[in-house]
Amino acid sequence: MTGTQKQSIHLTYACYYFIFGALFGAGLSISGMTDQNKVLGFLDLFGEWDPTLIFVMAGGVVVTFIGYSAIFKRKMPILSKAFMLPKTTVIDINLVLGSALFGIGWGLYGYCPGPAIASLAQLNWETFLFVFAMIGGMFLRSKQESAK
Amino acid sequence: MYDIFSNYSSALLGGAIIGLSACLMMLFYGRITGISGLIWNTVQNRRSSFSSSGIFLGGMIIGALCVAYATDIETPPIHSNVFIIILSGLLVGYGTKLGSGCTSGHGICGISRLSIRSLAATGTFMTSGIATVYFMRHLI
Repeated sequence: MTGTQKQSIHLTYACYYFIFGALFGAGLSISGMTDQNKVLGFLDLFGEWDPTLIFVMAGGVVVTFIGYSAIFKRKMPILSKAFMLPKTTVIDINLVLGSALFGIGWGLYGYCPGPAIASLAQLNWETFLFVFAMIGGMFLRSKQESAK
Repeated sequence: MYDIFSNYSSALLGGAIIGLSACLMMLFYGRITGISGLIWNTVQNRRSSFSSSGIFLGGMIIGALCVAYATDIETPPIHSNVFIIILSGLLVGYGTKLGSGCTSGHGICGISRLSIRSLAATGTFMTSGIATVYFMRHLI
């Protein structure tokens, strides 16, 4: 394979990733997940509960469940050699503790990772601050992992 | 103008589009679409000039921007204490790294694969999220 061919293939790959990402970002916006007030209203189960975001999950899970079921009948993905799926099946302390901490952060400010990234385009400093802190948190955990 | 943000059908539609994106990522690349993982890949792979994860995140920003532009609706971040924003970001980053996923990887992709771990993770972060909002809004 010549260099030019290789480059053009990489460019196609990049385009697909970009398009899939754009779909994801558009979906987040349309669904209301990027609206922190809506997210916090959804989590305010014992106050003025706003159930709207249940429908995001419903739409996402139904489509993905049906899609995945069909896709997993294939031997491999179209552009790579194998499906990369997590092999762990045990519910361990890291999973539960990590998810619990994530939920606290989510409830504090109403951003989970996807909507925070999608909202960066609006160029508000609060969103950037959140994203930097989030990446900092990831590095903190990674440091702990490598220290063991 | 039409307010596509205020109703259940837009939530359902948006969710379905997120699901479509997740399906395409699995069909083409065999990858779970977990945003926290994609962010981690992006910030880690600084040496590689070609980061598929970074391109996906870039696409997300542009996709969201297009919707905001087309509908003329912006959702600026809510006002909060700087300390709360930083604490929230740290917890979300640390927690998703420790718990191997967030709302997309566990909540959408994992549950769709009927993963017990993802079901447990989703139940846990929903519960702690609800508890946190209860604490912040009704207790203090």
